[in-house]
Amino acid sequence: MPPDHNPGQPHHPSDGHTHGHHDGLPDDTPWAFGVPGTRPLRIGIGGPVGSGKTALVAALCRRLASEVSTVVVTNDIFTTEDAEALRRMAVLADDRIAPVETGACPHTAIRDDISANLDAVEHLEARHAPVELTLLESGGDNLTAIFSRALVDRQIFVIDVAGGDKVPRKGGPGVTTADLLVINKTDLAPLVGADLSVMERDATARRGTLPMLFTSLVDPEGAAAVADWVRAQLHAWQHAS
Amino acid sequence: MSTATLLLLGDSRFPTGAHAHSAGAEASHARGDLRTTEQLEAFIDGRLCTVAPTEAAFASAACAGVLPWDHLDVELAARTPSPRLRMLSRSLGRQLLRPAERAWPGPAYARLRAVHSDGPLQPIALGAVAGAAGLTPREAALCSLHHLVGAVTTAAVRLIGLDPFDVHAVAARLAPRLDDLADAAAAAATAAADGEPLPSTTSLLADILAEHHATWEVRLFAS
Repeated sequence: MPPDHNPGQPHHPSDGHTHGHHDGLPDDTPWAFGVPGTRPLRIGIGGPVGSGKTALVAALCRRLASEVSTVVVTNDIFTTEDAEALRRMAVLADDRIAPVETGACPHTAIRDDISANLDAVEHLEARHAPVELTLLESGGDNLTAIFSRALVDRQIFVIDVAGGDKVPRKGGPGVTTADLLVINKTDLAPLVGADLSVMERDATARRGTLPMLFTSLVDPEGAAAVADWVRAQLHAWQHAS
Repeated sequence: MSTATLLLLGDSRFPTGAHAHSAGAEASHARGDLRTTEQLEAFIDGRLCTVAPTEAAFASAACAGVLPWDHLDVELAARTPSPRLRMLSRSLGRQLLRPAERAWPGPAYARLRAVHSDGPLQPIALGAVAGAAGLTPREAALCSLHHLVGAVTTAAVRLIGLDPFDVHAVAARLAPRLDDLADAAAAAATAAADGEPLPSTTSLLADILAEHHATWEVRLFAS
């Protein structure tokens, strides 16, 4: 049974509205590392293999790249396939997309040892200055993956309905602490017997007031609400004092 | 010198991005040359006879300051025929400077970055960082050798699923040899101050395989 809000619409658990802050996050959510406004906003997109990270990055680029100067760093486990896929989809100029190789340990490259990613991010940002938004897609990993606060300012964790409706209950730092939780592939819920209301309830229990969005990225409009969230983060970043 | 500092810089967890590199192990594995623990030991032996003493000597020389870093960088580049390996070495050198500058601040880093627009080759960076951290030229060489063994053994465990206890027993057996090679590297650095040429042993096969490896569609490691 689907939750009582429309998939794709912003959803803020607990009382159904944003907590007094225009960026959709609780008032006390700190900027992670950078000084707001002094460099591009860096948003990490993590989550398990196949949950829809690349599809989300592509959809965000399609919606945002014409209004916001954007670059993308991808982290593939084995190949440069994600970067190539984004290039084929032509969502950005080829040279605005750079792959980083992660040596069998995708979570190490975004959490414990961020050197290669920072190197790639800074290179792209310098080459295409002024960049406003940097998206950093993690390699597909497990539920323990999380971005270092020294690498990204905000993070989105993407899980999918087809991975099972127990995933939110299993928790982990991505589900629990990501600034935005995206639960993708809602269109598959009836086919895999997943109960979206269970996912919503469990995710709310894990996340408290942090926002989540249900998406179906096969729908051309599927990423609209996530793009709105990104726009709000960008506005907050650029206008923070 | 500080033993604790040496352990810190030698630790593979020091965040330099080296975890994404197998130092040629992945390419050799695909050729069928690296499948067993015995072959792993032979592979490391090959490195310790070729590129490892050269890189260790350059790290030692960079630490000792016996020659200007840009001079050492040009010389080591000339000993690295593969453009891919030079590129990767510069990226690792660049990535080492980032955590090292935070850990051991000093005036060296601006000069190091000026060595080359893509960053100094990794052994030059390592030696210079070791110096900034207060380590000796011999310890810089030891770090270089230890990192090589660590990269290969870790990759072998991840790629092939070799017994990790056997693999670390190999590394332990190699320890006295690494000590000897570090002595030799430090001596070579000292001799270089008197005009002696630095070592130039290299492995052409490693360079060729690195070029091939870069063209693979699917690979786990950056090198």
